[in-house]
Amino acid sequence: MSDVYIVGVDMIKFGRFPDRTVPSLAAEAALMALDDAGLSIKDMQGLYCGNLGQASGMVGQRMLAEIGQTGIPVTNVANACATGATAFRDAWMSIKAGLHDLVLAVGVEQMGKGLLGGGGGVSTEGLIGSGTMPSMFAHIGNEHTRKYGTTFEQFAKVSVKNHHHSTMNPKSMYQMETPLEQVMQAEMISFPNTKLMCSVNVDGSAAAVLASEKTVKRLGLMDRAVRIRCSTMSSNPFEDRQMAMPDFSGATRLGARVAYEAAGVGPEDINLIELHDCFATAELVHYENLGICAPGEAGRLIDEGITALGGKVPVNVSGGLLSKGHPLGATGIANIYEVATHLRGTAGQRQVEGARLGLTHVVGGGPGMGTACAIHILEKA
Amino acid sequence: MTTDTQTPLLTPFLKRGDDGTPYLAASRCDACGEIFVGERQICAKCCARGQMKPVRLAETGKLYAYTLVHRSFPGVKTPFVDVVVDLDDGAHLKGTLTDIEPSLDALHFDMPVKIAYREVVPANAGGQAYLSYVFVPA
Repeated sequence: MSDVYIVGVDMIKFGRFPDRTVPSLAAEAALMALDDAGLSIKDMQGLYCGNLGQASGMVGQRMLAEIGQTGIPVTNVANACATGATAFRDAWMSIKAGLHDLVLAVGVEQMGKGLLGGGGGVSTEGLIGSGTMPSMFAHIGNEHTRKYGTTFEQFAKVSVKNHHHSTMNPKSMYQMETPLEQVMQAEMISFPNTKLMCSVNVDGSAAAVLASEKTVKRLGLMDRAVRIRCSTMSSNPFEDRQMAMPDFSGATRLGARVAYEAAGVGPEDINLIELHDCFATAELVHYENLGICAPGEAGRLIDEGITALGGKVPVNVSGGLLSKGHPLGATGIANIYEVATHLRGTAGQRQVEGARLGLTHVVGGGPGMGTACAIHILEKA
Repeated sequence: MTTDTQTPLLTPFLKRGDDGTPYLAASRCDACGEIFVGERQICAKCCARGQMKPVRLAETGKLYAYTLVHRSFPGVKTPFVDVVVDLDDGAHLKGTLTDIEPSLDALHFDMPVKIAYREVVPANAGGQAYLSYVFVPA
């Protein structure tokens, strides 16, 4: 079966845009991705639009109302933090299935400030533990400490690294160095996650134009195309502690195994990774879940700089969710933008030299909700 | 423990027995043995149908994971200790560990804890007291 390619991809600079609408943010990224491909909305045969905050609000159709209503099929997608990647994967599937040759995928989110988590009704917060996201990922880090002795300092180093990376990314929400002492002495939110070890709630959008192989050739776009070696999704397989501790690892491990098999490559072949560092604790756990090191070795990886730019497997050179920001519905496509940019060799100061294969990972969910994980392996065409 | 039987219950799996004694409801799958917090009909682990038996959760266990919560939602008193406990019957339960200094020095993996039932006031319930469960050092 022939491959599917990315021929246009872009994201807006993440930030806070309270005066904008969600469809207008989506439209901006969509037009940027179309321009990147040298194509028009009139060329698109389908739209998959990811957004969480207005999941019932027909964001895709409202975006088309801003940039051109051509009557194409629109699917609005919501899947927690995997929302954008799910929209991208649905676009990929529609081409893989032979239905379409050119499809637009958009991810967009407008976020409030403050803690995410909790639910409706009478609050159990503080009485039956905590439902905040930082607490949930604190437990996940603490479990790693329990098993392997991982330290507060090692978790904090993730934030130092990703903030450093973001100083080279003009599209990141922040471009600032955060030395280790600053990260560790920042306001403690939920031990071991300080404020600088929590992802930033921002507004943002990202978009990609996907094309069938024959269309890439017909349009002469192969020189700017990025091949999608695999697109995989998983939900959380049953794990013993799942009701007490939402599980993001089982879904990631399952997704990674399927992804490497589908792409016919192994973790040792991957040149860069954008993974779901919603909290500093999460990044270390996912090194192991994605197989870039053996269980228990994540602390050593961060200590030795293996996942920093210039290391063997740079992780989150965009700045990651920790510094670039985490607009839930946009994150999955923004990660794909980052990896595609390196594969095209146009990442500027933060370029991972010689990058040929990159992996993107998002995983979302919450207490009592379950998990959605999406992994893509991309290759220089 | 006896409590005012009029006090509402904070979570659906917290129940009162015929004599008014509170307990935590659970389900055990006769096909695979997995214990689930709360009442359910089908096993999420082995997918067996019609094999769930209602049981009461064990009230003692060991600390599996913890965090000290310093920032929470508006109106919630901090710091507090948010824990995951491995109960002695094999179930796993999240909750607040109380009757202990909220400091990292006081917390140890596998420390023994037990369940107690207490009246609490949720942050958004207009002062209404609810019956809840907490963990306390055993």
